[in-house]
Amino acid sequence: MGFFLETLIGGLMAGMLYSLVALGFVLIFKASGVFNFAQGAMVLFAALAMARFAVWIPAWLGLDSPFLANTIAFLAAGALMFVVAWLVERLVLRHLVNQEGATLLMATLGIAYVLEGVGTSIFGSDVYKIDIGMPKDPVMILEGSFEGGLLINKEDFVAALIAAVLVALLALFFQKTVTGRALRAVADDHQAAQSIGIPLNRIWVIVWCVAGVVALVAGVIWGSKLGVQFSLATVALRGLPVVILGGLTSIPGAIIGGLIIGVGEKLSEVYLGPMIGGGIEIWFAYQLALVFLLFRPQGLFGEKIIDRV
Amino acid sequence: MLYRENGQFKTSYAADQQIFPIAQDRWAIVGLLVFAFIGIPLLVDEYLLRAILIPFLILSLAALGVNILVGFCGQITLGAGAFMAVGAYAAYNFHIRIEGLPLLLSLLLGGLTAAAVGIVFGIPSLRVRGLYLAVATLAAQFFTDWVFLRVPWFTDNASSGSVSVSNLQVLGWPIAAPVDKYLFCLGWLTVFALLAKNMTRSAIGRQWMAIRDMDVAAEVIGIRPLFAKLSAFAVSSFFVGTAGALWGFIHLASWEPAAFSVDRSFQLLFMVIIGGLGSIMGSFFGAAFIVILPIALNQFLPAIGGLFGITISTAGISHAELIIFGALIIFFLIKEPHGIARLWSTGKEKLRLWPFPH
Repeated sequence: MGFFLETLIGGLMAGMLYSLVALGFVLIFKASGVFNFAQGAMVLFAALAMARFAVWIPAWLGLDSPFLANTIAFLAAGALMFVVAWLVERLVLRHLVNQEGATLLMATLGIAYVLEGVGTSIFGSDVYKIDIGMPKDPVMILEGSFEGGLLINKEDFVAALIAAVLVALLALFFQKTVTGRALRAVADDHQAAQSIGIPLNRIWVIVWCVAGVVALVAGVIWGSKLGVQFSLATVALRGLPVVILGGLTSIPGAIIGGLIIGVGEKLSEVYLGPMIGGGIEIWFAYQLALVFLLFRPQGLFGEKIIDRV
Repeated sequence: MLYRENGQFKTSYAADQQIFPIAQDRWAIVGLLVFAFIGIPLLVDEYLLRAILIPFLILSLAALGVNILVGFCGQITLGAGAFMAVGAYAAYNFHIRIEGLPLLLSLLLGGLTAAAVGIVFGIPSLRVRGLYLAVATLAAQFFTDWVFLRVPWFTDNASSGSVSVSNLQVLGWPIAAPVDKYLFCLGWLTVFALLAKNMTRSAIGRQWMAIRDMDVAAEVIGIRPLFAKLSAFAVSSFFVGTAGALWGFIHLASWEPAAFSVDRSFQLLFMVIIGGLGSIMGSFFGAAFIVILPIALNQFLPAIGGLFGITISTAGISHAELIIFGALIIFFLIKEPHGIARLWSTGKEKLRLWPFPH
């Protein structure tokens, strides 16, 4: 029982991190109908920027407080993601309005290549560390209720907490601010939004910027867990089943989908893995999402697909 | 003046329905084939055959398969690499497990196995479509990656995980030298490209296109979506599977699952989108573009750098390659979203009017 709960909690925490990546997809898809394959590259790019800025800026300014250095690096990386968002809108999206989904998807793959190339040529392609002072040691909880208690990884816990806070902030931003309202309007109906005077181009910059910040947070968390390296870009592929499971257009879907996938992956790896050989995590998530899709083609929370001839 | 159909009268339905109704097109294609079968083996050195022409031919075949599914039937797939892998490993298993099975037969059986797997992974297309389907096809990709890495039976219990074939021959013709490999692939591709072209002109191709343009409407006029979609998956996977088998057997000779990773799937989708969705010709253009571009960049970047007095490191070149590759893809998508095939047909239209455009 204790072991099962431990796996379950581990899965939920990993799931929170998946939701964070999935959130980036959903934000952009909702606002512009672009399925953003570059999200993984954005995570990598942001994490690389963060890791290098945290070294370069203190050396340049002569700071020695790691907290201050990390904060400045975070802000600088955020600013960089804003520049990326602006360039993407200016150079790519603006010219591809009204193209088919597949074309836009390919364009974001192109963006992914460019970001990976630019990122590694500016920041180098070694493995870097991000140290934001996350606690590393595991702790025991609930020793009274179970034999042996539950072993919880503090780092995962903090990461899940950060993710939860970010999601809450995003929800506030979308529900309570004027910009958030404009974003939701664009998501509902591009043309109607434009006709009441919402500038689509600016909205796209904002939404890519928000997705960039989400990528930055995801990059910092994953980066401090696994180290900043090229394989971070494949994190996006782990986020995809989450997106289709939860529905491409739903923010709550991204979170719940992330939790389901996280738990499903961990449980399958622990209980099914020994029977059929290890390493099943990645495809199991996809099969799980597929099975869900067979029953609800629009995902758990996606908008109902209505066909008209 | 040189290129127009004036005066070319058709006196039978067969003549009216031929693939190239304009005589100049027919001559050009025959000339191209003669050059490809006779001229190139005489003129071209081994490096060019091995590094460019053989990969180009095999990937063209794969791109044709992907184009049938994505361009003609409108089902976006990100799992083409998986079906290449299935074709390659299935052909390998037929090749080593059945003593004396002819090479052609094991390649075809590999393709048929891929078609069967394609039907299974095509089933979700009956329920989901568009981008959801694209992600669903990734399931095939990751599943086959895992199967061929972790289940030792498929790789004949090879300890290193990589498999290899040798002593290939067709009816006593040994396929060992690059020229033989090239001719074998070219012959194979010619047959299957003709098959694909005719399939897309016939009833089944029209069903696919109707499904692509609007599947609900197609269903209303009496096209069975189940048959049309699954047949597109089967035919496409067959093509991609035989391409995978050729890639493994002829091009690589010894391979591991990484040869058919998700990057390969993306690459194939790039080919059909850059080449032109729903165009047989486009598949060849796309394959040529994607095969040649990285090699050309690799060759020319140091030279261009040298022109400005900059020496670019090897790592710098690979980064610059990524950037230029990505930028070119975006540029193409913006400038010509319908692919190189559209440029080609615009060019032909212009040529028909030349030199009196009014």
